[in-house]
Amino acid sequence: MAVKRIYMDNNATTPLHPEVKKAMVEGMEIFGNPSSLHTFGRHARQFVEEARQKVASFLGASPKEIMFTGSGSEANNTVLSIITCSSKHCGSNLVKGDTIITTTIEHPCILETTKCLKEKGVNVQYLEVDQHGKISLDRLKDLVTERTSMVSVMMANNEIGTFQDIKTIAEIVHSKGALFHTDAVQAVGKVPVNVENLNVDFLTLSGHKIYGPKGIAALYVKKGVPFCPLIRGGHQEKGRRAGTENTLGIIGLGKAIEMRSQEMETEEKRLLELKTMLKEGIAAKIPDVRFIGHPTDSLAGTLNVSFDGAEGEAIILYLDLEGIAVSTGSACASGSLDPSHVILATGAPVECAHGSIRISLGRENTMEEVEYLLDVLPRVIAKIREMSTVYVRRAS
Amino acid sequence: MTQPSWVYTDKVKDHFMNPRNILMDEDSYQEDGKGVTGNIKCGDEMIVVIQVDKDKGIITDCKWKTFGCASAIASTSVLSEMVKGMKLEDAYRISAKDINKELGGLPEHKIHCSVLGDKALRMAINDYYLRHGMEDKVQKEEARVVCQCMNVTDQEIEHAVLDGARTFYELQEKTKVGTVCGECKEEVTRLLEAYKQKHFCEV
Repeated sequence: MAVKRIYMDNNATTPLHPEVKKAMVEGMEIFGNPSSLHTFGRHARQFVEEARQKVASFLGASPKEIMFTGSGSEANNTVLSIITCSSKHCGSNLVKGDTIITTTIEHPCILETTKCLKEKGVNVQYLEVDQHGKISLDRLKDLVTERTSMVSVMMANNEIGTFQDIKTIAEIVHSKGALFHTDAVQAVGKVPVNVENLNVDFLTLSGHKIYGPKGIAALYVKKGVPFCPLIRGGHQEKGRRAGTENTLGIIGLGKAIEMRSQEMETEEKRLLELKTMLKEGIAAKIPDVRFIGHPTDSLAGTLNVSFDGAEGEAIILYLDLEGIAVSTGSACASGSLDPSHVILATGAPVECAHGSIRISLGRENTMEEVEYLLDVLPRVIAKIREMSTVYVRRAS
Repeated sequence: MTQPSWVYTDKVKDHFMNPRNILMDEDSYQEDGKGVTGNIKCGDEMIVVIQVDKDKGIITDCKWKTFGCASAIASTSVLSEMVKGMKLEDAYRISAKDINKELGGLPEHKIHCSVLGDKALRMAINDYYLRHGMEDKVQKEEARVVCQCMNVTDQEIEHAVLDGARTFYELQEKTKVGTVCGECKEEVTRLLEAYKQKHFCEV
């Protein structure tokens, strides 16, 4: 029997938008090296620069301020690595101070990098978050000093969806002359983002989170801020990232951004309605649940919920057998045994961090699919709780 | 789209979808021995109860409950079937490797989740001995301090191996073993190899 397949893990990655797919299929004919001077090269260059223009105007940036990278992780690594460069050949020896400030809920590509920087002698400070996943602006004011080199705070969290007040954070950071980076991989294309208005120095976005292809991302680098390449050896991207441009990926990213600029507003309203329906449905049909993340100031399509006494991997695998794809906040299923650092950072109990699931809706999800999930989920949770040591103990 | 294979073996899938011998009637169940183990930090907790034919020393029934992932559910389910009709001393010797073999193999990083069932079973068997005046049969699994400086035991090293440590350096990262004087390095390396052999050699 063919099982109906429902994909609700759009924060992990998204299916290609049909228009993106179309643009990429056509783009496969373009093989020239964008750096070549001949017609083939110039043809490819034209497509790359058109895409750059689309990304730039979507962010309110100048095309010169947009560089393409192979992933959001690469972009984030690039930004943080600027700090330790002391070469007088790249502008980054202008970076002042010796301290990086970030949050406890960043993506591992930030946290692993800051851990490594710490071993290299950089002073790293972590901002904690409240129960909804928000950092304290007062605490940030206390922490940022003249010695702060850079602050990196994600715009929207991938696991719980909570937004940070990026504009105010940037003001605080700049008041002490430090640089400010935001990992906006989950936010760009879902909410309006204007780099000039937010006044950030660096901003990361990624293609495959917004119905574009994998293997392509972009980094906004504000004109005039210090920079040091992570990948050297070529003049591509104005010397900021060596390696022949991923023309096809760039075409896909450009198209994805273009489609987002047309569809984002109505689409996000629709997703919020679906999420509200889902949240209310879960609350009505299943006892002892806990929603994690900010109740209002969060990504429209992201819902993180834990069910007392039910372990996360078991939930997602039972749902998978019913044809529904969601993910667990706990990384247990993916190899690590540690509970989600994000859920723990919100102060939720450890078993909650092991038991939370993330449902992330996207443009292909329908009301019927949400209804189907609401039909299946209570059964799955009841089944797991029947064999749970933890749940019975609580109930008795 | 061709269907990718499921995340674990068919046998794991079967036991995960239809777990056997779940302890549904905890309050009224007449157990002869009970074992509770687990560490909520790694997201697992396990209860195993057994009924025993006292004359023959044979396990006649085994039921369980868990707060655990698919691997914990499937491995305890299969364990509960394996031990029925088994002599207590034979059941005591069942290892995670035996269960793993029965399930057709779990990924390395999930072996950690499958050891709870047999551990709880051993506790249940010991509990049975204690309750029935057979203290002499109780087998203890005492931890022995290997690293004197950081007070790290062989059990902690075993857990770290189950948790993914495969080198002396990784053991140091996880347990701080041998990070001061380093005198225990030789013994720790020997234990590391032994535990790798015990839990991860070809099944």
